[in-house]
Amino acid sequence: MSHPSAAISGGKNRRAANDPLWLQSLLISLSLGFVGLMLVLPLSIVFIEAFRDGIGAYLKSFDDSAAWEAIKLTVISSAIAIPLNLTFGLAAAWAIAKFDFKGKSLLITLIDLPFAVSPVISGLIYVLLFGLQGWLGPWLAAHNIRIIFAVPGIVLATIFVTFPFIARELIPLMQQQGSDEEQAALSLGAGGWQTFWRVTLPNIKWGLLYGVILCNARAMGEFGAVSVVSGHIRGKTNTVPLHVEILYNEYNVVAAFAMASLLALLGLVTLAAKTYLEWKVQQELQSSLEPSSAEA
Amino acid sequence: MSIDVRNVTKTFGSYTALSNVNLQVKDGELVALLGPSGSGKTTLLRIIAGLEIPDDNPDSSILFHGEDVARRQVGERQVGFVFQHYALFKHMSVFENIAFGLRVRPRHLRPSNDVIADKVNRLLKLIQLENLGKRFPAQLSGGQRQRVALARALAIEPRVLLLDEPFGALDAKVRQGLRNWLRRLHDELHVTSILVTHDQEEALEVADRVVVMNNARIEQVGTPSEVFHNPASEFVMDFLGNVNVFRGRIENGFAELGHFSLKVPHLPKSEAQDANVYIRPHELEIELQANGTPSLPATVARINPAGSYAKIALAASDGRELQVDLPFERFSELNLHLGDHVFVSPKKVRVFVPEYVI
Repeated sequence: MSHPSAAISGGKNRRAANDPLWLQSLLISLSLGFVGLMLVLPLSIVFIEAFRDGIGAYLKSFDDSAAWEAIKLTVISSAIAIPLNLTFGLAAAWAIAKFDFKGKSLLITLIDLPFAVSPVISGLIYVLLFGLQGWLGPWLAAHNIRIIFAVPGIVLATIFVTFPFIARELIPLMQQQGSDEEQAALSLGAGGWQTFWRVTLPNIKWGLLYGVILCNARAMGEFGAVSVVSGHIRGKTNTVPLHVEILYNEYNVVAAFAMASLLALLGLVTLAAKTYLEWKVQQELQSSLEPSSAEA
Repeated sequence: MSIDVRNVTKTFGSYTALSNVNLQVKDGELVALLGPSGSGKTTLLRIIAGLEIPDDNPDSSILFHGEDVARRQVGERQVGFVFQHYALFKHMSVFENIAFGLRVRPRHLRPSNDVIADKVNRLLKLIQLENLGKRFPAQLSGGQRQRVALARALAIEPRVLLLDEPFGALDAKVRQGLRNWLRRLHDELHVTSILVTHDQEEALEVADRVVVMNNARIEQVGTPSEVFHNPASEFVMDFLGNVNVFRGRIENGFAELGHFSLKVPHLPKSEAQDANVYIRPHELEIELQANGTPSLPATVARINPAGSYAKIALAASDGRELQVDLPFERFSELNLHLGDHVFVSPKKVRVFVPEYVI
């Protein structure tokens, strides 16, 4: 400490900048190295392996009805899960943020349940409930309804695993916004739907979209829960992640990585969208906190 | 539009926000609900608006011009409500905020775009923000936002205008300006208005009548001059401005305050009992010499001449502290200094007999 005054006047930033060069380079290269080794490298291997035999072989992997069925099923199950979770998430966030009722904290805890429970357990719950040996199994079998080892089971498992995403995104947002604007809209003669469409929804749209993107990424990428209920029937109850596993186990490496590259791409797009939304929200926040012009 | 609130009670769980409140507001009047926080004034305002529902009671009703609206939704009551924190729609321009109430009308009642634009522009002119229609609420100052909130409420041509602490979040200078502006606006529009405030100065300055509330009840209703000069209770006396309180006894029209007694003509034949005597700082006179009138010897403890009158703090001979407000002419005439010995006598006193003797 030969220049204590400089250290004091410079505050935190100055002291960080004064750290020896070797320490700075060590920390930076450590973080970069870790990210590279653990994230970037595996991700690039997905693409490298997928294109190992050239773009022709890559494209040929998709020339397979089972692959397309898997993609279709993945899209269908998220297309069902997302709107349902959107509705549920909105309703739950609305109830929690704007009303006071008994059991509110229990509801908040329960919404987090899928985060806390291993996805395999989530799948097993449905097997125990709807499987042939399950509680409702005999009745379902008698009425010729198939849930487990069929599409409905996959959709159910997907919904279960992804249902916290949108609610969790909206609850703090709506709590923070309160209900003043809604009350103002009602006092101005707007009906419930008008208030929702014109006031509530525009206020939560970015949070909602953010939740949907995260929900979608998880719905399409879910492996554990879906794996338990699917039965792995090729071309029928296989989603993309399950199909990747099957192909890989069959030593069909190029096809497996080609399918995996789709999921990796989805992840990258999600990340980009997430970053964009965060930036966008930050922008709006900034403009609303902008120092107001002279009081008048 | 007259407003008649009858026997309204509101409880939140075990907490009573309003206890059997009755209030009449005349057509075209501007009434201020004044009270400390938790006195029930905002709850009363929200009940009149329809944002809260009063407790079930067959005797309770809320009449707008004689018509019971207690069962009507807020949107059907045609009230303009101005929120304390403006509650402007953040994602809409000032113009769209003001137009909102017109745009959400059912199709057959909805004015055309031209009519809406015309009306909004007239309101923008009224609130003196003619060129700011395209701005967003975040780009306005607090005072400007509150004026937009007012214009938005006025756009639906409300039968009643309700303002919940409209200037509460603004700084003193802006408050004063807006207060005067609101009064002028009311004189122009004559829409029946109720204003909630905890600022007694605001209530006394703006309102035709002031409703002083405390502990879920109305303490007094009267013109600003009535509530200030003839407070009906100790609470009103205490809440409206500064006051010196003396604890003593009254007997046969005299108040005994330690070693001097005062005539209290409005309680001529009272039995001996404990009483509180209230004297406002401007109703105390300071003399340099005892002149025969009952007076209390005191010493000048502090002088604060920054204001429209000089504020003097006196330490009385019996140890209590007195606040005296002196006009400047009198202040310079007396030529007071710290430590001076003086004599204080009241020009006017009010005596309240405590209702509950513990």
